[in-house]
Amino acid sequence: MSVAPAWQLDLRPGDADNSGTLFIVLGGRWCIDQKLPSAGTLLARLPTSARRLGFNATTLSDWDSGLLTFVAVIGKSCAEQGITLDVGGLPAGAQRLLAMAAAVPEQKLAARDGGAQGTFARVGAATLEFFRGAPQMLAFLGEVVLSLLRLVSGRARFRARDLWLEIEQVGPRALPIVSVISFLVGLILAYLGADQLKLVGAQIFIADLVAIGMVREVGALMTGIIIAGRTGAAFAAQLGTMQVNEEIDAYQVLGISAIDFLVLPRMLALMLMVPLLTLYSGFIGMLAGLLVSVTIFDIGVFEYYTETLRALEFKQFAVGLSKGTVYGAMIAFAGCLRGMQCGRSAEAVGHAATSAVVTAILLITIAASIMTIVYYQLGI
Amino acid sequence: MDALPHIEVRDLSMAYGDFVVQRGLDFTVNKGDIFVVMGGNGCGKTTLMRALVGLQRPAAGSVRYGGEDFWNSGEAVQQRLKRRLGILFQGGALWSSLTLAENVALPIAEYTGLPQARVDEIVAFKLALVGLAGFEDFYPAELSGGMKKRAGLARAMALDPDILVIDEPSSGLDPLTARRLDELIVELRDSLGTTIVVITHELASILGIGNNSIYLDTESRTMIATGHPQDALKNGHPKVRHFLTRGGEAPPPRPNLPAQTP
Repeated sequence: MSVAPAWQLDLRPGDADNSGTLFIVLGGRWCIDQKLPSAGTLLARLPTSARRLGFNATTLSDWDSGLLTFVAVIGKSCAEQGITLDVGGLPAGAQRLLAMAAAVPEQKLAARDGGAQGTFARVGAATLEFFRGAPQMLAFLGEVVLSLLRLVSGRARFRARDLWLEIEQVGPRALPIVSVISFLVGLILAYLGADQLKLVGAQIFIADLVAIGMVREVGALMTGIIIAGRTGAAFAAQLGTMQVNEEIDAYQVLGISAIDFLVLPRMLALMLMVPLLTLYSGFIGMLAGLLVSVTIFDIGVFEYYTETLRALEFKQFAVGLSKGTVYGAMIAFAGCLRGMQCGRSAEAVGHAATSAVVTAILLITIAASIMTIVYYQLGI
Repeated sequence: MDALPHIEVRDLSMAYGDFVVQRGLDFTVNKGDIFVVMGGNGCGKTTLMRALVGLQRPAAGSVRYGGEDFWNSGEAVQQRLKRRLGILFQGGALWSSLTLAENVALPIAEYTGLPQARVDEIVAFKLALVGLAGFEDFYPAELSGGMKKRAGLARAMALDPDILVIDEPSSGLDPLTARRLDELIVELRDSLGTTIVVITHELASILGIGNNSIYLDTESRTMIATGHPQDALKNGHPKVRHFLTRGGEAPPPRPNLPAQTP
């Protein structure tokens, strides 16, 4: 490859024939892989008296878009300042391409105001967006409730196979991650309790703390958050992709309820599996507590076991299971809602998945607070 | 069947928020027509389809099927009218979690209550009709674009609809496959008397199979021609002739534009 001479650029007034015209002299190689001069610097060098610009490209050896963009920027600026630009001196190919680019005028409508917005404008837009989203969320909630009622009355149609597939996805496949997280959380609870209970010499109550904590609250919460990230996002992405492929429209025009067909099996799968996973999570957490108590805090295995049994009343399980069911419903609701609201692009699917997780965790936290307060008031 | 025109569209306008996509659309589709909706990219063809089949409420105007106003009817009437329609979406829109056979079978099972064995027979026949016999157990993701489209057509025809609405039948297909699909469409009309609305910008299809049409203009945002595509080609609006000849005939003069260099 021979090294082409670098670009040359000069400004030269025209000769006697076309005085009044200022010529931009282009020479050498004008390609985008080089560092080319900016049109701005050239424009700054133009005398204010310039009314006519022309090009002289006789020594130009090679050119590509680098030259074209340079000329285009000059052309735009000339049009704004009322300077006549004569591209006649450019290579014929460049002239044709420039003419093509100018053939269709800039669409003023099409240019979106994507410019930087102030903080206030963004907060305002986000707030409006939130309130605009609320009716949609309520409408979706209504449709899901109607669909659940149809299920109860035996009129909802979906395929049992879909339900089993979802159950398999949600349940057994989530066991490894639920195990790891639950074990570590059980371990943390045990250490936390040991530190405090040591002060009153009642370390045996680690068993109570871990058992009640895991079964009643933490198991459901951890499972909920894991499943929100794992399955809620997947639901949103699945339904979102179906929206992109017009599959949801295809259900709608056939008069088949997409809610019954797509949302209901997912909802049921989560409402069945999250409580079971919660139970499992509690069990693993207690196992971790036992391990820590026995090896580090010198509590006997049998002692820990009987203390756990004493602490665990049926109502603790009932609370944990009810929370698991509600969290499952929340995750399915958020995932399916965001999936059904998804726009028709790849970016929208990604956004739907993110938004599903955020919404699910928000809903879980709100539900957890409400249920904790209600159960406390009821004395459960 | 009914003496009333099959599809009557009166003064239809469609908009996304403040942005009017098309306004003042007024046309009639008769039974047995192959009615072509043509126009350039982004002129609102697909939006019109969505208003016709009940997916997107128009901003104004009416769509009547056999005299019944779709958008001003209750849910029950809309459901009944929708059942007369078969729709082939642009990408086929096959349900990705179902096999081809299940895709075609779902509408049949949903609406007819036929025994499974009969449904299977119908499915096999419909798939054979579009040249996909033996692909019953394939999933949509395992098919090529043309096969997806044909499978989508089999599903759209599952319930023997009176009206078949087809969005871009030949986009993304090679010329021979596109032609086979066109022939299939004509055959459906000839043998079953199905009324067909085709949304397309494919010249071969427009001129080859259409017997009635409207042209949606991108700039004025309304229809500027109706009638047989061949007539539109001979003595229609200059813009339509320009479109139908791939720019072969001089475009109507556009003010304030520099002349285009060839």
